[in-house]
Amino acid sequence: MTKSNGASRRIILKGGAALAAASTVPTGWAIAQSKPLKVGLMLPYSGTFAQLGENITHAVEMYLAEKGGKLGGRDVQFIKLDDESKPDLGPQNAERLVKRDAVDVLIGTVHSGVQMGIHKVVKESGTLTIMPNAGNVALTRDLCAKNVFRTSFSNWQPAYAMGVHLAKKGVKKASWITWDYAAGTESGQGFKEGLEANGGQFVSLLTLKFPETNFQPLLAQIQGLGVDAIGAFFAGGGAVQFVKDYAAAGIKVPLCGSGFLTEGTLGGQGAAADGIETALHYGDGLENAKNTAFRAAFKAKAGREADVYAVQGYDAAQLLAAGLEAVKGNLEDEKTLYKAMESAKIDSPRGSISMSPSHNVVQDIYLRKVTAGQNKVMSTIVTQLADPGTGCKI
Amino acid sequence: MSLPSFLAQSLNGLQYGLLLFLISSGLTLIFGVLGVINLAHGSLYMVGAYVAFVVARATGSLWLALPVAVLSGIVLGSLLERFLFRFFYKREHLDQVLLTFALILLFEEGRSLSVGNDFYSVPIPQALNFSIPIVEGFSYAAYRFVVIGVCLALAAALFLWIERSKMGAIIRAAAEKPEMVDALGIDPRRVHLTVFAVGTALALTAGALNAPLSSVYPNMGDNLLIISFVVVVIGGLGSVTGAFWSALLIGMIDTMGKAYAPAVAGLAIYVLMAGVLLWRPSGLFGQRA
Repeated sequence: MTKSNGASRRIILKGGAALAAASTVPTGWAIAQSKPLKVGLMLPYSGTFAQLGENITHAVEMYLAEKGGKLGGRDVQFIKLDDESKPDLGPQNAERLVKRDAVDVLIGTVHSGVQMGIHKVVKESGTLTIMPNAGNVALTRDLCAKNVFRTSFSNWQPAYAMGVHLAKKGVKKASWITWDYAAGTESGQGFKEGLEANGGQFVSLLTLKFPETNFQPLLAQIQGLGVDAIGAFFAGGGAVQFVKDYAAAGIKVPLCGSGFLTEGTLGGQGAAADGIETALHYGDGLENAKNTAFRAAFKAKAGREADVYAVQGYDAAQLLAAGLEAVKGNLEDEKTLYKAMESAKIDSPRGSISMSPSHNVVQDIYLRKVTAGQNKVMSTIVTQLADPGTGCKI
Repeated sequence: MSLPSFLAQSLNGLQYGLLLFLISSGLTLIFGVLGVINLAHGSLYMVGAYVAFVVARATGSLWLALPVAVLSGIVLGSLLERFLFRFFYKREHLDQVLLTFALILLFEEGRSLSVGNDFYSVPIPQALNFSIPIVEGFSYAAYRFVVIGVCLALAAALFLWIERSKMGAIIRAAAEKPEMVDALGIDPRRVHLTVFAVGTALALTAGALNAPLSSVYPNMGDNLLIISFVVVVIGGLGSVTGAFWSALLIGMIDTMGKAYAPAVAGLAIYVLMAGVLLWRPSGLFGQRA
């Protein structure tokens, strides 16, 4: 008897304690709200793209500071991971953030090969992900996912606009030169579609292996192609070399391209880049109040001029904020969260942007012309251009 | 295919072939005399390009950068031979391969730590920064002609040295019958040191000369190393003359392939190599086994 008495007393005590605890301990939902929101920044902080990663990070931190350090009412804790732009480490690094660090949101990355690795991981885990640069078209087309958004561009977008501009200008025939890799051939496809949709003829796609810089065999063919214009996609140091070689080859056919051909490379290209027309979603001398304020604030924080990558990072933070505010920081409410992000109208330094049904940014694409060492914005080629998003089912 | 464009492409092929010769001549010499397959030869090319970049950035003069690269090559080659390779001649090929593979990693890491992983361009000297029209709608940068001239001069010097000088005779003998060279009382260590230093200097010179045309970037020598091996195999292992003609052949085929048959360009030189190996297993100019 005594034994059972003791047992029942203990049960009663336990029950009472549990009851008392229940009245003071908040529910699961409330716990989540009081904890800081973990945002993983998986970006290149070393290697060729280090400055891109840093600019994106500065811009994200800057936006958070403007919001008083809180998004959707929650404190934000950043977990930074250097992805080194190494595609083979992509899946592993993304796993680390998603599994070990249990981030609520992942912002990344720059390199499209690494992005494929992130995509594989977050598509499975369902972690909310925002791409601040990588432009692989597939990620917002047949491989699209309900939890993955992009605030930068798809490789197709700027090149498509360049094609549109040339055709409208009266160019009949054009070819595209690029490296033989996803970003290159996807932009070539965009150029072709833009050109053909407006009555131009796409003659050929000329490629060389990435990241080779022996452009000579391609350049020597141009005269024989019988084209009125050459479009190109190269970036970084390869773009510097290509533009210099193109000028040295004395080719009469005018060169144009995706904006990256002359983005952040004008110092190295010098006079060889003068007069080159490119298409991009940002440029120098873009006048709107948001951009002026953004550039001043970025310079104060980072100590250097803002660039297109900073803008893309800033908008990744703006898009995240739009989602979190709609659900008051409760990421569990996926339906409302995604709905809010899909319908967000964002005031970006580049102009107003929104999301397409396949979660790629919808934006104006500008015509820029290299003038006095700057990519001067001349006009808007296509307003609110959306990637076709072919094959996406969300 | 029009005649002017064919002429322009031939010039491209010639220039590319001569560059390949500078790289593969050192590779074939080192293999012929020392019996070492130097996988780090492509990294030496990269070192030359970065030396040119660093010197040109610091002094603003590529003219100074070129001799500095040549001298660095001689010094680096001597040090590598004296303190590393010398202990590996008697070892198995696998050990040598591991050694030279380790050197690739060391050179790349050293480059990463000292200069970083960025892609840099190297400016062409102001005096040569103009183009010469060669055919309608296509000009050739004057600096490319300089590269062609320097490569031809170096090829001639190398040929005279190997074929006409006493040292050259010893080197040829050492490549064919090392025992005889020993028996004649010639110190093989001096021969080894000289050959390795010259081979290394050729690789660094190639890198420095080509830096303004290719820019400098990580692992820039990898692809050239593989093609240089193809050149050496087609030319005949250890034959500098063979390397010369085979480099020109590969340069032409690769360029023409990229220009007129891009779909098969990547494959063309390997098919050629397979064909040569079937027909003449020791290469075009190699000793028959």
